[in-house]
Amino acid sequence: MNPPAPVGRLDLEGLSKTFGSTPVLADLSLVVEAGELLTVLGPSGCGKTTLLRLIAGLELPDRGTLRLDGRDITRVPAHQRPVNTVFQSYALFPHLSVAGNVAFGLESRRFPRPEIERRVASALALLELAELAQRWPNELSGGQKQRVALARALVNEPEVLLLDEPMSALDAKLRAQLQLELRRLQRTLSRTFILVTHDQDEAMVVSDRILVMRGGRIEQLGSPREVYERPRTRFVAEFLGAANLIPVTANGSNGHVQAAWGTLAVRERPPWREGLVAIRPERIRVNPERPASSENGFSARVTDAVFRGDCLDLWLAPMPLRVRTPPIEALEPGQQVWIELPVDDLEVLVD
Amino acid sequence: MTEGARRPLRLALTLPGTLWLALFLAIPGLLLCGLAFLSRGAHGEIVWQLSLGNFQRLLGFSSFGWTADYLRILVRSVVVAGVTTVVALALAYPVAFFVASRPPRRRSFWLALVLIPFATNLVIRTYGWMLILAPALPPARLARWLGLIDPQGGLFPGAFATYVGLISAALPFAVLPLYTNVERLDPALLEAARDLYAPGWRVFRRVIVPLTLPGLTTAAFLTFVPTLGMFVVPDLLGGARYWLIGNVIQQQFGASRDWPFGAALGLALVVLTLAAWWIVRKKGSAGSLA
Repeated sequence: MNPPAPVGRLDLEGLSKTFGSTPVLADLSLVVEAGELLTVLGPSGCGKTTLLRLIAGLELPDRGTLRLDGRDITRVPAHQRPVNTVFQSYALFPHLSVAGNVAFGLESRRFPRPEIERRVASALALLELAELAQRWPNELSGGQKQRVALARALVNEPEVLLLDEPMSALDAKLRAQLQLELRRLQRTLSRTFILVTHDQDEAMVVSDRILVMRGGRIEQLGSPREVYERPRTRFVAEFLGAANLIPVTANGSNGHVQAAWGTLAVRERPPWREGLVAIRPERIRVNPERPASSENGFSARVTDAVFRGDCLDLWLAPMPLRVRTPPIEALEPGQQVWIELPVDDLEVLVD
Repeated sequence: MTEGARRPLRLALTLPGTLWLALFLAIPGLLLCGLAFLSRGAHGEIVWQLSLGNFQRLLGFSSFGWTADYLRILVRSVVVAGVTTVVALALAYPVAFFVASRPPRRRSFWLALVLIPFATNLVIRTYGWMLILAPALPPARLARWLGLIDPQGGLFPGAFATYVGLISAALPFAVLPLYTNVERLDPALLEAARDLYAPGWRVFRRVIVPLTLPGLTTAAFLTFVPTLGMFVVPDLLGGARYWLIGNVIQQQFGASRDWPFGAALGLALVVLTLAAWWIVRKKGSAGSLA
């Protein structure tokens, strides 16, 4: 069986929202492709939840337009949008059973009773909740509540499903399992999912694309690999994973920059006189001896070494740099090593 | 063991309250019940002669034939109390939501505004309404200009003035219990309902009402019962033709000096009140399961 043709393309144009005198979204434009799982990632207060609420219709933008599959829905009230939300607190109705919660949206739209029962049953089955249908929300575990919230939203077959930090109340193990389930579900249903989180691991696991937000603006948008491997700004480099940030000055012509401890070749010419280049700790190569030929190679001294089981973390002087290597060789503090910073993994940050 | 040792202390602590209720509620209540079955003498004294005459009179039977006067007043009282309750609740919900949506520090200020009328005696507040609704003042002039009342008429006395007085007296009793429930209502639930395609009335009917039901029943009860027995407000604002059961009872114990008939009317009021309580409880428990 082929998955249905994806629906739920969102066009956001110049969305702005101010609360009191605090701008929370500043002229945000974005296209969310139909059937894509987009993660909105950022620290608290970056405007990611407000963005979600604007799409849901729970807030109205001060300026800008919002189109869903080409239709302008900027002023359409929440209860008339084919968009459903999984709330951070789940917001299950405490006075309704699991089945009653899941049926709520269909009842609002006055579906015939047999249709409601059929769809509720299949949504409960999809999320493996059939045995819990007659339970009350306060009798459920966190993971079960989350699945009920998902079923309650998905039963309406929304064109866009919004998830506001749906995993934040769950423990790490359950979270990892539900992240994979969510990914699988989204692929099966072939609908647009927009997930808000401040958890970068979660963003990496589930997303087609990641939107990194900061201060109400888009900091970077791209696939998890692009955002991780090609961070454009210091904020993105530091927010997703660990990064070595090396202060350098631009070296005039030939694609080199000058750090305090040596000259580095870089892929692109920096747009500034003084700035930062970034490299992930696991991208730095470590050799006990200087190899015959080497690019961006330097001699360094190990100041600290921490064995972490699946890898080895090193701190190197005099740069300083942090390095993560496979734990093949035992390296001790005080030891001299030869390191290489591959040109392809060295990112020139625009700020 | 500690349980047993504490029992006498517990009894001792409940004793003052029990005594108070026995002396000032149970005994007078029983006396009232008994009194209702006695008769009035020629000069207003109580005659120790058992009879059902007071209840026959209440139902409209007299030596001159049958009239519906007292029954009409009883029915009117129930209708007036019911309408007052519904209007007061309808006005109280927005107030409760307004106060609950203020920042926590400011809420006590708004609640104080709701409570300020309590600081003034009901009679004085009611006189205030008499003045406000007087024929020469702007509200009555506006009503005349709009053609809502006779060119010579005023807004008081009458049904309208009575409702205004009763509803304003009842409003704080409706707002406070509702507010305690509305304050604890998770706003995310209302947003979830809207997100799940519920228009405003459905959010109210299916989410707000069930989740504030304890406050709603308390508010309904605290509004309905005192209104049912109210005599100050209809006396001052209703005029002679808009009496409620409370006025008739007051008249029996006062001017008419017919205590046994007054007691019978009082007993009828207690029965109505208990019936209202029973209905509200029945409805309340049924609603919380729905």
